[in-house]
Amino acid sequence: MSFLSDVYAGLFYFAAFVLVAGLANKVIQYARTPAPLKIPTTPAPTTKTGVALRMTREVVFFESLFRGSKWTWIFGWMFHFGLFLVTLRHLRYFLDPVPLPIEMIQPFGIYGGIAMVIGLAGLWARRFLVDRVRYITALSDHLILALLITIGLSGLMMRFVVHTDIMRVKEFFQGLYVGQVHLLPADPLLLLHLLLVALLMIIFPYSKLLHAPGLFFSPSRNQVDNPREQRHIAPWAERLEQD
Amino acid sequence: MAKADFQVPVLKQYPEIPEIEPGVMAHSSPFKSKPQFQAELGFPGELVDDWQSKAIDKMGDLLGRYRSLRVYLDSCVKCGSCTDKCHYYLGTHDPKNMPVGRQDLLRKVYRRHFTLAGRLFPKLVGAEDLTEEVLGDWYSYFHQCSQCRRCSVFCPYGIDTAEISMAAREIMDHIGVGQKYCNEIIGKVYKIGNNLGLPGPALADTLEGLEEDVLDETGVEVKYPLDQEGAEILLVTPSADFFAEPHVDGLIGYGKVFHESGVSWTLSSHASEAANFGMFIGSYENMRRVALRIREAAIKLKVKRIVFGECGHAWRVAYSFLNTLAGPWDFLDPRYPVPQHICEFTYGLIQEGKLNLDKSLNDEMVLTYHDSCNVARASRMGDRPGGQFDIPRAIIRATCNNFYDMDEETIRDRTFCCGGGGGLLTDDLMEIRVKGAQPRVEALNNVMQEKGVTHMAAICAICKSQFTKVLPYYGMDLDQIVSVHQLVSNALVLTGQETDDEDEAADEAA
Repeated sequence: MSFLSDVYAGLFYFAAFVLVAGLANKVIQYARTPAPLKIPTTPAPTTKTGVALRMTREVVFFESLFRGSKWTWIFGWMFHFGLFLVTLRHLRYFLDPVPLPIEMIQPFGIYGGIAMVIGLAGLWARRFLVDRVRYITALSDHLILALLITIGLSGLMMRFVVHTDIMRVKEFFQGLYVGQVHLLPADPLLLLHLLLVALLMIIFPYSKLLHAPGLFFSPSRNQVDNPREQRHIAPWAERLEQD
Repeated sequence: MAKADFQVPVLKQYPEIPEIEPGVMAHSSPFKSKPQFQAELGFPGELVDDWQSKAIDKMGDLLGRYRSLRVYLDSCVKCGSCTDKCHYYLGTHDPKNMPVGRQDLLRKVYRRHFTLAGRLFPKLVGAEDLTEEVLGDWYSYFHQCSQCRRCSVFCPYGIDTAEISMAAREIMDHIGVGQKYCNEIIGKVYKIGNNLGLPGPALADTLEGLEEDVLDETGVEVKYPLDQEGAEILLVTPSADFFAEPHVDGLIGYGKVFHESGVSWTLSSHASEAANFGMFIGSYENMRRVALRIREAAIKLKVKRIVFGECGHAWRVAYSFLNTLAGPWDFLDPRYPVPQHICEFTYGLIQEGKLNLDKSLNDEMVLTYHDSCNVARASRMGDRPGGQFDIPRAIIRATCNNFYDMDEETIRDRTFCCGGGGGLLTDDLMEIRVKGAQPRVEALNNVMQEKGVTHMAAICAICKSQFTKVLPYYGMDLDQIVSVHQLVSNALVLTGQETDDEDEAADEAA
């Protein structure tokens, strides 16, 4: 089975590279593109601290979505918060020794996994049941949901139904840090789970998953409301003034 | 009731989210701009050869200049939060009037040309080439957006369809497909100084007439100065204020407030227009050129302060962009914000107790207040966030005894656009204007039924003109819309003004 392990090792190196390089590329692009005008959606904070608080409320609680659509908020928040707990739980495979907080979060990671799948199912149901959402849904929107929900379900299956050899999985990933390929258990569920995770990492910088970095660069959310006090001008607009 | 050759929406007691009816508004598009209007703004006169690639080039240019466009086109996850928020969707049921539906018209071309997934798997991610049909959709539906930003309030990433619509209009202008209404008006501003094309002498005439009217009515000599060098304040106001009803009653009010404050002020014939339609067409260059008139006027007239009259999009450009476009304002009095809104000015005087207001003079009206979209969601008044909601209401409460707000879901930052903003206030778009007004008129109707409201006050020239025109379609009266400073004007007892009581007392004494 070492061939399969090699393939997966290569896949994860590639996926990690695409994820990091692709995201870095996008973040640099966003950061370099000027925002020539002050366009915060008002009422907006008048200080940087206020903006940090507004952004925190958006990132942690999805404040705007809460105001916009309660059902989407419930399912969306369940999914994201669940995914967050699951990610924390999974850190035990990537850190050695496992820090105490990560050990303590383990059972919550399982609840997170369940919440994540329920949330995704709810979000997917909306794509069929609400005519407006059905209209705006592209094939890729279904596929991303299918990808995430399969990742979640295969993970839960391994926890509750068909266990895999977790210690060897951990060895495999620890080995990748130092360029060694350890044997990966050849359990179909595990291989499926890992394949889809790698796929998710690869499509991240090329899909709507860019909403994650995008939010931080959104001028309507991250700008301070102080246009009268402070002159705001983009480099390309400043050049117009020299004519 | 005004006659319509389309179905006027029925007003309900409780708002309903309609089912989608694809394509029902595809026929709605404004008159195209003629070559001579295009040329004045620096755009090609008609559809250029090779327009597809020129449009894509322009899109690339804008993507490099506007972070908003780049981030917004990438970030949408199609969550659906915005889908029932646009007044044009609620009034027309056309899914391309859902904010995300409208954005996707541009996004699908962006994906095709600027993203890896769209280049490799167009069908999968909903990417499309820019065909004639797509361009047709752009022209129709990007002129069914009033850039009111209601969608951006509810979007988890703050995606603002206004930014997308502006970019789309800018791209279309650059391939020779401009909108007559906006582009012709901007040309008038360059040539004559205001949207309505009122030349200096006509303005002087109008203002003289106002002075006479106020003198007759109050016995006080209130001045409405034009081009008066050395005045303290330059007032920049929408040109509709010079003659349209109820706008002009607002202008009368500004003059009375200035008179009572004792501060000298002037209008400018060079900058006789507050509105800046350069924003509507997404053209930074034209917006800047229009804004610079105000700087020129301020320098020429040697004023110390700039105050803007009641106008919604104008206040957005003034509050949020003027410092960027035409600043820095270091030659003005640093003790005052530049610019100030007339409501901030009046509110300050009310706080200081400098205005003698008799609320009972507005007793024949029961009022509600319409938050104009661009004031509500793209600007501020006063020192605190939300001042744009509280200050106009404070003025109304100080001048009227009877005031009731409309449903909480339809005011403040959740306010509905009047339906005529963003370059849509033209007769060739009457159907979308009437249908787009439905959510606002519905809330107005409900507060009329429940609280006996008779009039709605507003602080935007477009809102006032739009409601005057569309309220009759819903069986209401065109004069139900009033200016906030009209209320101030009614209630303000000028120093030395003869009141009825005094007249009576004088009669009795005689």
